[in-house]
Amino acid sequence: MVDLSQTYTAPRRLAGAEGAKPKRRLSGNRIMIYGILCLISLYYILPLWVMVMTSLKGMPEVRVGNIFAPPVEVTFQPWIKAWAEACTGLNCDGLSRGFWNSVKITVPSVILSIIVASVNGYALVNWKFKGSEIFFGILLFGAFIPYQVMIYPIVIILRELGLMGDVWGLVLVHTIFGMPILTLLFRNYFASLPEELFKAARVDGAGFWGIFFRVLVPMSLPIFTVAMILQVTGIWNDFLFGVIYTKPEAYPMTVQLNNIVNSVQGVKEYNVNMAATLITGLVPLSIYLLSGKLFVRGIAAGAVKG
Amino acid sequence: MKTQIMRRLMAGAAALAMPIAANAADLEVTHWWTSGGEANAVQELAKAFEAKTDHKWVDGAIAGSGNTARPVIISRIIGGDPMAATQLNHGKQAQELIEAGLMLDLTDIAEEGNWAEIIQPKSLLDACTVDGRVYCVPLNIHSIQWMWTSNAAFEKAGIDPVNNWEELKAAAPKLREAGILPLAMGAQGWQEAYLVHNFLSGTSEDLYYAVYRDKDEDTLNSDAVKAVFEELNAARDMYAGGNVQDWNLATAKVINGEAAAQVMGDWAQGEFALAGQKAGEDYNCLIGMGGEPSISTGGDAFYFPLIDNADTTAAQKELAKVLISPESQVAFNLKKGSLPVRGDVDLAAAGPCMQKGLETLAAGKVITGTDQLITPDAVGQIQDLMAEFFGSDMSTEDAHAAFVEIILNDE
Amino acid sequence: MSVTDHARAPARRPRRLISNPMAKIAALPMIMTALVIFIGCSLWTVVHSFTKSKLLPSTQFVGFDQYERLWGTRRWLASVENIAIYGVVALVFSLVLGFVIAALMDQKVRAEGAFRTIILFPYSLSFIVTGLVWQWILNPDFGVQGIVRGWGWESFTFDPLHNPDTVLAAMLMAGLWQGTGLVAVILLAALRGVDEDIWKASRVDGVPAWKTYIFVVIPILRPAFMTATVLIATGIVKLYDLVVALTNGGPGIASEMPAKYVYDAMFNKQNLGQGFAASTMMLVSVLLILIPWAIFEFGGKKRG
Repeated sequence: MVDLSQTYTAPRRLAGAEGAKPKRRLSGNRIMIYGILCLISLYYILPLWVMVMTSLKGMPEVRVGNIFAPPVEVTFQPWIKAWAEACTGLNCDGLSRGFWNSVKITVPSVILSIIVASVNGYALVNWKFKGSEIFFGILLFGAFIPYQVMIYPIVIILRELGLMGDVWGLVLVHTIFGMPILTLLFRNYFASLPEELFKAARVDGAGFWGIFFRVLVPMSLPIFTVAMILQVTGIWNDFLFGVIYTKPEAYPMTVQLNNIVNSVQGVKEYNVNMAATLITGLVPLSIYLLSGKLFVRGIAAGAVKG
Repeated sequence: MKTQIMRRLMAGAAALAMPIAANAADLEVTHWWTSGGEANAVQELAKAFEAKTDHKWVDGAIAGSGNTARPVIISRIIGGDPMAATQLNHGKQAQELIEAGLMLDLTDIAEEGNWAEIIQPKSLLDACTVDGRVYCVPLNIHSIQWMWTSNAAFEKAGIDPVNNWEELKAAAPKLREAGILPLAMGAQGWQEAYLVHNFLSGTSEDLYYAVYRDKDEDTLNSDAVKAVFEELNAARDMYAGGNVQDWNLATAKVINGEAAAQVMGDWAQGEFALAGQKAGEDYNCLIGMGGEPSISTGGDAFYFPLIDNADTTAAQKELAKVLISPESQVAFNLKKGSLPVRGDVDLAAAGPCMQKGLETLAAGKVITGTDQLITPDAVGQIQDLMAEFFGSDMSTEDAHAAFVEIILNDE
Repeated sequence: MSVTDHARAPARRPRRLISNPMAKIAALPMIMTALVIFIGCSLWTVVHSFTKSKLLPSTQFVGFDQYERLWGTRRWLASVENIAIYGVVALVFSLVLGFVIAALMDQKVRAEGAFRTIILFPYSLSFIVTGLVWQWILNPDFGVQGIVRGWGWESFTFDPLHNPDTVLAAMLMAGLWQGTGLVAVILLAALRGVDEDIWKASRVDGVPAWKTYIFVVIPILRPAFMTATVLIATGIVKLYDLVVALTNGGPGIASEMPAKYVYDAMFNKQNLGQGFAASTMMLVSVLLILIPWAIFEFGGKKRG
């Protein structure tokens, strides 16, 4: 069996040092750092700038105008249209139609996939059994399988389970496909926690679930946040599984996004497309903003020590 | 007129006669008609269906052409929980689903409605028929044998508008001088492949059939087919510098006079109409690219997956009847810009380009679409080949050789 | 089983003494997923790659026909070449750029939170439309080239999307834009865990900062680089949305990718067998890389 304790001792001893970083007093150096950071930020912001500006223009201006130029006449109509008026087939109520469906899909999927993956990680680290590393290896391999290949076999599995067309079938699919990366994260995180905690709880007579819920979970909030961010982003933006494994009344928002953006015939309303994309991205984006600190702490504790 | 009244009466009588059998059902309908004009067209179908029956149309639109919707449709059908009706193209696409016994047999209502007589051209019904049973409702006809030209572009270059491909080729240098792109095209395989099909059918129907239907090796290696690849080479030069991907962006170049011509299906007229342009004045539509005027009858059909529920089955059949009814055919096709599948309806409101298509159809100058002659696999390979040819400096000889191989290997 | 483990490593790892049936029950979802989904479906795919499956999976076996055709198809060959080039360059650039950004942000900069959000936000957006934005920016008529020419530099040429030689670089620009943020944040967090004493020691010894980074810090960050590499690599193998949104494989077939070949074969050409053959080749390639790595990672220590 793999002896992880050796690998992990060194970084753990190093972790948590919060002393002063090497101070760069040279102001020239500082200017360079800020200069490079701003240049890099420009690369990241430029496309966002184009999207936001385009979403605030009317179509005539989009057609003739410079894509980088701010709107001459600011209009919020594209945002209103994207949210409430854009037609997708016969239903002209924009993205709002799928918003709650997306919530109904994302919330249980995120919760279930995180529970399963965290238990996996816990079992992999603290309750190793014969072959556990092999199953983990298979999971990692699974992370590389193109989704498209899995569509039909999963259709058949869901059919046999009686879950085809059901939101719970989709939740199951998200749980399965989120498992490889999430398990990797949790496994690395739990391995970085002091083993003494586990031993002490064991001595106190705590069982498998007792240790997990009373010892590990309370001190693992950061990694749960990381997992949540990864899953919310992935599941919220999923189109392929959402459209295949559910029915029209349960279609997630991305189906409407696709319908607004990918209508192949007719005039393309770029301003509405941009607004629709930005609106769809708002949910994961707000999660990033709300949990920024936890995110970095979680990554620090999880990904790093793997 | 008479038929319309008759149909209404019959529909009413049927509804009265079988109040118990016709329990109201929700029918989920999958399609990829999501743009403005298309959505309006499908709205006509939904309205007619809900007005004529007690059932409800539950819309399942998935944008992005069939490529996005097809995995969804097939997954749902295999998964045993299918939609009640779905759009698919005419042709070989659904054959395997039918053979697997997953689709609803419509033969009884086809016979009752006398589809064999009313559906024109007959090849459309043939495409829906497997082993003598009817499995789909043809809905409309789209043809790809069109070249759209901009009068403004020719005016700018100081030359007369062209009437066919040869003239366009001759005018290309002058157009270039005036800063006009001679041929607009979206850089996507499916659009570029239209040129191959159209050059073949534009040469002669016999050549077209010898290539796609008979897959005749001698014909494939003949000078006539090689000449088609020389034309493609010319087209490649005329289109260099186009830089767009979507077909409607290429059409936009023709509309505003930046480009002289585009080869695209009849749905392009919707773009011209939206831009407020008039056929004959602002733009011209040249059927058969100005050569032999024959059109292929591609288009859309509705299929009905088998659902084990008597009420749903009854509702599915009623939907099929509504789709083929004269009123729906007129209302839908006028909005969609396509031709109706029955010859006995009046399309006086159609524009001049559509009238040209109707005339060609009435004259029987109809060829079977490539979708019905070769497999989707071969169609896709031709698209890949054309994407490569138009996007590189591949030689005409290599392209021709690859084309021959694709056709000969098709089953 | 616990006995064996006990015998092998009695002192170092006492937790293995207490093998618990509950652990196996709890790991059941993982075991089922690994066996049924990832192994089962992969085998299903491999088996069907030897069939003539068209629209529906069938069991009409045709031997290696699909593979012969696959390796005789120029588009597939181009896809393989493209992913090899793109994959290596994207992996290296993501890690290098991500690390540089992380190292810069680790210099106690002001507004670090703002920078972090800026580099991370593209990750939240769907490529369905961001591909379009990049298409605009890189478009010669109204993108960067047009703007610079508008400033008076008439001969300025920047048209990477329509040149087969540069289209992969254009795709890299968009790909890095979306993915580097996450890599940078992972590495930044890792840097935060590096002990301050290391910096002090290297300063006392007069070692330049860059040398400390390369020879001391990066080896410590190895696990974080591992996580980042897995994330990036899975993204590269499955690369599909970006290609469709940005170039659709063009010009010609110059930016085709294997995952797109698989999708088009399955759903556009309705030739499942061909799609399965292509995905089998992808899976085999992944295994060829993963297995040596796994042996190196786990196998060596087992013996020791």
